[in-house]
Amino acid sequence: MSKLDPIDRSLIKATQAGLPLTARPYAQIATWLMLSEDEVIARLAALQDRGIIRRIAVAPNHYALGMTANGMSVWDVHDDHAAALGAQVGQLDFVTHCYLRPRAPVWRYNLFAMLHGASRAEVEEKRAQVRTILGDALRADDVLYSTRILKKTGLRLQDG
Amino acid sequence: MSRLRQTLPENALDATDRAILNALQEGFPLTPQPFEDAGAALGLDGAELIARLTRLRDIGAITRFGPFFDAAAMGGAFCLCALSAPEEDFDRIAGLVNVHPEVAHNYARDHALNMWFVLATPTPEGIAETATRIEAETGLTVWQFPKLQEFFIGFRVMA
Repeated sequence: MSKLDPIDRSLIKATQAGLPLTARPYAQIATWLMLSEDEVIARLAALQDRGIIRRIAVAPNHYALGMTANGMSVWDVHDDHAAALGAQVGQLDFVTHCYLRPRAPVWRYNLFAMLHGASRAEVEEKRAQVRTILGDALRADDVLYSTRILKKTGLRLQDG
Repeated sequence: MSRLRQTLPENALDATDRAILNALQEGFPLTPQPFEDAGAALGLDGAELIARLTRLRDIGAITRFGPFFDAAAMGGAFCLCALSAPEEDFDRIAGLVNVHPEVAHNYARDHALNMWFVLATPTPEGIAETATRIEAETGLTVWQFPKLQEFFIGFRVMA
């Protein structure tokens, strides 16, 4: 992955809080950075092609939308099937943040899926749906509910 | 910040708002008038889409609208970590973990591994360095769970 040039970095900084909600947002960003609208669009497209921008999208506030319960569901899935089954779990509407991760001596689970629901009962119901998908490849599972937010900061591009 | 933990009344969003939330989860156009183009698929003109997005943001239904960046692709690194803090010492350990600027967020969870946090560092080496420092300061093992593969499909609201 080639490094970002200073203009790319300035573009990321200018947009990491969000796109301006105006008719011509890229032209607006262009005036801030003293670039042309065409260049802003071309650079954003290139960043997207390189995977640095994963998508341009809304971030729904699950809590405000009534999804007040969320559980980090974790699954010990047979390695041979984990990638294919993970992709199926990731497609469920109520799943966000679905990843394969390594196991550890104190931790047997390799598939993580954040489940959102209006209540813990609903999250448990969704867990049951995931369990059905995983079928015989599933060896054990658990769900970890958050009891407290200890720290929460946005991710920001660092200077330098 | 507090509004993040408030639930909106059920009638706060109408069918069009819900359609917008579902439609704008990816593929926003990189064209001079992107709201006009994105709105066309929803039967809205650009000004109406902008007005609705502004309202959704103002009432807290969305936290953000814009590019999602891949931290790793930007040259940084990201790692989910966990440790087991003794219950009686939990708050002190949380303080020792949180003081590191590399700790982006940290949650208490009901499990033997009761503290889960994400490290974000400018370089891949920064993850192990920070984890080692936290281990030295807390005397606890920091288990690292970097993502090996990600499966993403957007969250959907009932239309």
